[in-house]
Amino acid sequence: MGETLIRLRDDAASTAPVVPFADLGDHSNARAVRLMPGDDARALRPLLEQLDLVEVAFPAYTDGRGYSAARILREYGYTGELRAVGDVLVDQISHYHRCGFDAFAPVQPITRAAVDKAIATWPAVYQRTVDGRTPIWALRHG
Amino acid sequence: MYLYDTHDQAMVDARVTEFTDQVARRLAGTLTEEQFRPLRLKNGLYLQLHAYMLRVAIPYGTLNARQMHMLGDIADRYDRGYAHFTTRQNIQYNWIKLDQSPALLADLATVGMHAIQTSGNCIRNTTADHFAGAAADEIADPRPYAELLRQWSTFHPEFDYLPRKFKVAIIGSDIDRAAMKLHDIGIQVVNDPAGQIALRVYVGGGMGRTPMIAPVIREFLPPLQMISYLEAALRVYNRYGRRDNKYKARIKILVHEIGADEYRRQVEEEFAHILTLGLEPPPAEFARIAAQFADPAFDPAAPDAIDLSDPDFAVWVAQNVHAHKAPGYAIVTISLKPVGGIPGDASADQIRLMAAIAQEHSFDELRVTHAQNIVLPHVKKADLYAIWQQLDAAGLATANLDLIGDIIACPGLDYCSLANARSIPLAQKISERFADGDRQRNLRELKLKISGCINACGHHHAGHIGILGVDRKGVENYQLLLGGCEGADTSIGTITGPGFSEDGVVDAIERATNVYLDRREGDERFVDTFRRVGMAPFKDAIYG
Repeated sequence: MGETLIRLRDDAASTAPVVPFADLGDHSNARAVRLMPGDDARALRPLLEQLDLVEVAFPAYTDGRGYSAARILREYGYTGELRAVGDVLVDQISHYHRCGFDAFAPVQPITRAAVDKAIATWPAVYQRTVDGRTPIWALRHG
Repeated sequence: MYLYDTHDQAMVDARVTEFTDQVARRLAGTLTEEQFRPLRLKNGLYLQLHAYMLRVAIPYGTLNARQMHMLGDIADRYDRGYAHFTTRQNIQYNWIKLDQSPALLADLATVGMHAIQTSGNCIRNTTADHFAGAAADEIADPRPYAELLRQWSTFHPEFDYLPRKFKVAIIGSDIDRAAMKLHDIGIQVVNDPAGQIALRVYVGGGMGRTPMIAPVIREFLPPLQMISYLEAALRVYNRYGRRDNKYKARIKILVHEIGADEYRRQVEEEFAHILTLGLEPPPAEFARIAAQFADPAFDPAAPDAIDLSDPDFAVWVAQNVHAHKAPGYAIVTISLKPVGGIPGDASADQIRLMAAIAQEHSFDELRVTHAQNIVLPHVKKADLYAIWQQLDAAGLATANLDLIGDIIACPGLDYCSLANARSIPLAQKISERFADGDRQRNLRELKLKISGCINACGHHHAGHIGILGVDRKGVENYQLLLGGCEGADTSIGTITGPGFSEDGVVDAIERATNVYLDRREGDERFVDTFRRVGMAPFKDAIYG
């Protein structure tokens, strides 16, 4: 099955080879890396300045570890592309986006319009995360 | 109690829109059942043996008369005129049609209700002490914290695909009425050594296949760091909880395998990081919520005396009425366990009657208990007799709270696709065997709990007498457990030995109660005698 790529960023997509997290030791200059669900996103902290692309693999949509990985990377200041790859379904897009993903490579193609609609699902949000949205508690108290 | 503002309501309305679209896509075939399943589950919609079952959230078991009335109307409109209150303080409808479910949720939304996250591997509806804000023994009202938790956990983007479901309970008194230590996270509002309000956090309790009592992970948490701390506790679980085996995926297994000390260390490390991120709602938000849980306008002149000249009423008051913190007031528990009835079931008319009584006599407030009963939290003692008469006329005045007839039972194989055995007919038989009120009262507090499968929705591990239904070579079989308890002295029951047939287990229970009557000393309850004398005499009597 072919992957479609939907990017919510204006910069050009990275063309650097994507290095599996497990092989990073041999590629200390890597610009792009792929995390599997069990990989420790915190181990990328020393590399966050040099990375343009972090792919987070979702072999099955039911494995939610990648949400934590993404949010952790953004919390530590990563600003490059954060791409959810694999079993990425439209009904999870708003959560991906709230955790910091700004690109999607779903195995089953999703349209850009469907992504935009999914992100707009919630008129407001209850939590402060890494997407810059103002939580409801802050709206209430100015 | 807390009323939704425009923000809360907008979120509920958005959920109805989203779910309506998902059902339409399912009915049109663009969503497969496999893709639809987790989506409907996050709206509490299960496909059961005979129909869809919808589980509606009752946040921390608290609701007002208008909401309760709507629950009755929904039973008439979309079900067969009745509904089932659950051990998680929620309500379930058993005969729902998929194409009608969006309309049902839209009706619920008109009274600020929903089915958000009542299933799925996410943070479920938070449960709480059903006497919160009314009990005479309370340190602080846990409901403002529970409401903070409701908002924080609603559509939390990081924790929607946890290794397994996640249940939080919160209490504010030393008497645990919420089985708090048997939850993934249990929180107790306490006073710290300096006399300040703090939260004691227990993590890693649970029932199911591997029952565990949660250890204390944080002794005294500043209350307005609760959200940050739970972000940390859940993140450690989401990252490191087991996903290779669904029977080992609950947080209790993680805490058990790495140990409470190591889990605590990891959480503290994550917590220190999260505190730098500004995720905690401000004190003003807590104050806004807490103000909505302020005491209602109790009448300071309410008389304290109750006329107990009607003997049936006197029995009910002694059994089903608890001390209230305000003079002249009482807490009423309405038993949904009539002799021979289905535990937790109520008809649409009964639900609407309870709503009407709450509106007139309980400051427009009701609670659902984890023991599947309904509480009127703030009732004038002077009104008790009139209330009792109304309840009695509707079959709602059974005076058996915490007695052997007050049985907790899951829906079992009559409805549930997970069940191995029926729970309801067994509960009915036990209830009939011990129908005599004097006999029940002579047995004192005796909590009997039935689960129709190992998932333990009927809390059998925590029953003074617990029953677990199993499938033995295609035949329903019932294991008997003794010595479980859910209160401050939480313990997990022990299996007596080989299982029984449906009738056999009723006989075995009767023999166990006879041992108790023979051996008890002083004020001992069944569970106290069991703890003192041990299993041997019970086993001898049951199998001898």
